[in-house]
Amino acid sequence: MEQFLVFVKKECLHILRDRRTLFILFGMPIVQIVIFGFALSNEVKNSTIAILDPSKDAASLQLTERFEASKYFDIQKNLNTIGDIEKSFREGKIKMAIVFPENFREDLLHTNKAQIQFISDASDPNIGTTLINYANAILGDYQNELSGQNLPYTIKTEVRMLYNPQLKAAFNFVPGVMAMVLMLVCTMMTSISIVKEKEMGTMEVLLVSPLRPILMVVSKAIPYLFLSIINISTILLLSVYVLEVPIQGSLFLLMAESTLFIITSLALGLLISAGAASQQTAMFISLVGLFMPTLVFSGFMFPIDNMPIPLQVISNVVPAKWFFYIVKSIMIKGLGFKAIWKETLILFGMTIFLLAISIKKFKIRLS
Amino acid sequence: MSKAIIVNNITKTYTVEKSTVTALKEVSFDVKKGEIFGLIGPDGAGKTSLLRILTTLLLADSGNAFVNGLDVVNQYKDIRKSVGYMPGRFSLYQDLSVEENLQFFAAIFNTSIEENYDLIKDIYVQIEPFKNRRAGALSGGMKQKLALSCALIHKPSVLFLDEPTTGVDAVSRKEFWLMLKNLKKQGITILVSTPYMDEAGLCDRVGLIQNGEILRIDTPEGIIKQFGKPIWAVKTNEMFRMLHDIRDWEAVESCFPFGEFDHLIFKDQKHTKKEITKYLESKHHEGIVIDSIEPGIEDCFMDLMKIED
Amino acid sequence: MKAKVIEVKNLTKRFGDFTAVDHISFDVKQGEIFGFLGANGAGKTTAMRMLCGLSLPTSGEALVAGFNVFTETESIKKSIGYMSQKFSLYEDLTIKENMQFYGGIYGMTDIAIKEKTQFILHHLHLEPEQNKLVKSLPLGWKQKLSFSIAVFHNPAIVFLDEPTGGVDPITRREFWEMIYQAAQDGTTVFVTTHYMDEAEYCDRVSIMVDGKIDALDTPSALKSSNNAESMEEVFIALARKATRSAD
Repeated sequence: MEQFLVFVKKECLHILRDRRTLFILFGMPIVQIVIFGFALSNEVKNSTIAILDPSKDAASLQLTERFEASKYFDIQKNLNTIGDIEKSFREGKIKMAIVFPENFREDLLHTNKAQIQFISDASDPNIGTTLINYANAILGDYQNELSGQNLPYTIKTEVRMLYNPQLKAAFNFVPGVMAMVLMLVCTMMTSISIVKEKEMGTMEVLLVSPLRPILMVVSKAIPYLFLSIINISTILLLSVYVLEVPIQGSLFLLMAESTLFIITSLALGLLISAGAASQQTAMFISLVGLFMPTLVFSGFMFPIDNMPIPLQVISNVVPAKWFFYIVKSIMIKGLGFKAIWKETLILFGMTIFLLAISIKKFKIRLS
Repeated sequence: MSKAIIVNNITKTYTVEKSTVTALKEVSFDVKKGEIFGLIGPDGAGKTSLLRILTTLLLADSGNAFVNGLDVVNQYKDIRKSVGYMPGRFSLYQDLSVEENLQFFAAIFNTSIEENYDLIKDIYVQIEPFKNRRAGALSGGMKQKLALSCALIHKPSVLFLDEPTTGVDAVSRKEFWLMLKNLKKQGITILVSTPYMDEAGLCDRVGLIQNGEILRIDTPEGIIKQFGKPIWAVKTNEMFRMLHDIRDWEAVESCFPFGEFDHLIFKDQKHTKKEITKYLESKHHEGIVIDSIEPGIEDCFMDLMKIED
Repeated sequence: MKAKVIEVKNLTKRFGDFTAVDHISFDVKQGEIFGFLGANGAGKTTAMRMLCGLSLPTSGEALVAGFNVFTETESIKKSIGYMSQKFSLYEDLTIKENMQFYGGIYGMTDIAIKEKTQFILHHLHLEPEQNKLVKSLPLGWKQKLSFSIAVFHNPAIVFLDEPTGGVDPITRREFWEMIYQAAQDGTTVFVTTHYMDEAEYCDRVSIMVDGKIDALDTPSALKSSNNAESMEEVFIALARKATRSAD
């Protein structure tokens, strides 16, 4: 036990005395949250659009006002013909055009039908569809008001954005950032720490001693376990108070699942260290072999369901995918353990499996 | 059991770039309890491989070895608890202080600095003034002393030192060997490898090793006695030219620089000082000084190397 | 009267309040084999770095191959050769490729490189191995090759930093024969070593203690003035006086 504690103490000293490591461990999560939360928003604001309104009646002007008031749109004033609009699209000056027909209000009142054309620049399909959605939302609101006034037989679509009514991108990013930060800290730093002993030569001396290799490996993981818990707490605090992403479900469950994922990542770190001969290799494997697939296959940036089947299958092997699902369920949807027990079990199974292999692969001799 | 270390026909090969390199070829020897045994040979001779096999860090391809009667393969855990090991380059924690390193290793060996302090005292007092300094900031000589202290902290019965004096200046080297002699008094068996031939004289017995083979094992005096040929130390005012002139002499087997003098060995034993003087004078050398000398370990090593070739 | 290729006056290097090299002054003549000795931590490596143009001095003056160590470091680097104990060759390139590489770095023409390569391969009896990777060479060969490459471009001065560490005794001497030959051909050799017998092979030796040059003379003069039988005794007598005990 004494051996174990002394080893953990040594690891803590190493971490505290290495400024670069400290920066990665603590600075990184904060930087990531800020960047993802604020700078890289999926929201599209202040897009320049044009409105072509030949009728200029009360209804069209009302709608136009609504569009003008929206923070998403910036109306380009001087376009009056289709030709102008086409030219602006080609020159990239506008991203969307809203075209009213002539006699908009009359059509609306007398035929109970009126058409509006939304033309969107889909060269970036994401922006294109997003803008159409915003415009539709505004139109929908307007329709609701009108229907309250004079149209009895209309089918109203009621749209509810569950869990995230404001469509805040941060809701998706926070769980994703959690997964990435844990991967980075636990997997990469643990593997580097173990490989460093090999590279520096201290591993030789440690092997020729009564210290059991398992103790060494576990005690290397412990400081990173605690650091990660601190990191998770920091991320959650930032999310709740700065990004305004609430924790709907049980905080305790969230922390417990996070701890499980931390151990999974640590086990991965151990596995990598068993195979890597130098710190550079360990870092490389961690980044390219794990970080990148995590980014792609966790579902955080790109929806898994949209991927071809083989890739969907691959994503099942990525632990972060399960963790991402679990965190979203708890944090955003406010669900309890009953909803996520299967995913938890999978994660647990992966952890045991990884631990078993890495312990088996740990070399008690030099090659 | 009076043999602390037994090595029996140990062979070890490595594969480098599709070719097999033999690091050790059927090496056999033993080390008595309480003796200082020097494994003397240049880089690449196989010293580190041998030491790693004995400290159970490497598996030999064939042969067997015992430390304190324990088998290096099957009983490695017991060996690892009872030996001290100082690997070839500084292998302590650079970012921990002297004291932190010591405390760490003491704890790893389930002991404390106080328990065996008298063993390392003579060594430790030299680095004690720096006990709060980071190990990475110490000079080469200081690092060695720290590494030695850490290897002794648990009072091992056998101490393995892999080139402890490499890259360190002559003064520190001398001090280090004094420390080893003191350790011997405590009954610790020491197996030390070194490329410095002059350190052979400080050992009880030495094994000369080159290209994975043992050239000779004996006490330093014994090796010198076995040399069996006369050696001449020769000096003139033009050493470089003299070297070539002597090598042009048919009767000469070898001539090599040895500091101030060159060492000259003839093919047979029948030559005299006068002959050498005459030869050198005929080549217009001045300031000729010639002495008949006893061979040193280095002379013996080089002679044995030539036989191997 | 041989020209001075290295002239050093009150050269000093400070790191914060620590004076690593303390006002050293000396000259080295062309074709001389100059031994630069000192204990670990005495300031040898720092001094050598300044002379090679790798580190700027804090104060003092020095000219290496006629170039100023403060303002003309690039010219210095072009005019010197350097070899360190780690052999400075690319292990995963062949012998020939290493020579082509270094020749190219020093701006030699292709013809010159080719000629010199053939010459060295022949001289070291390495012709059959020329297309083998350096990593497959035995240590002694690597070291001799390293030296040849350090003087490949015929520099005026070659700096050797403990070139014979760990090498077998026969190769060590063969190596020194190469040094002698280079010196005879006019190359000045500036060498540091821990082997005291090698100090005897030098024309003059300087011994650094605590950042200063404590002794500078021929080996025989140093021995007689210190009542010593060997350079080792001289070194120990002087180095023992050191008060500085860490780098």
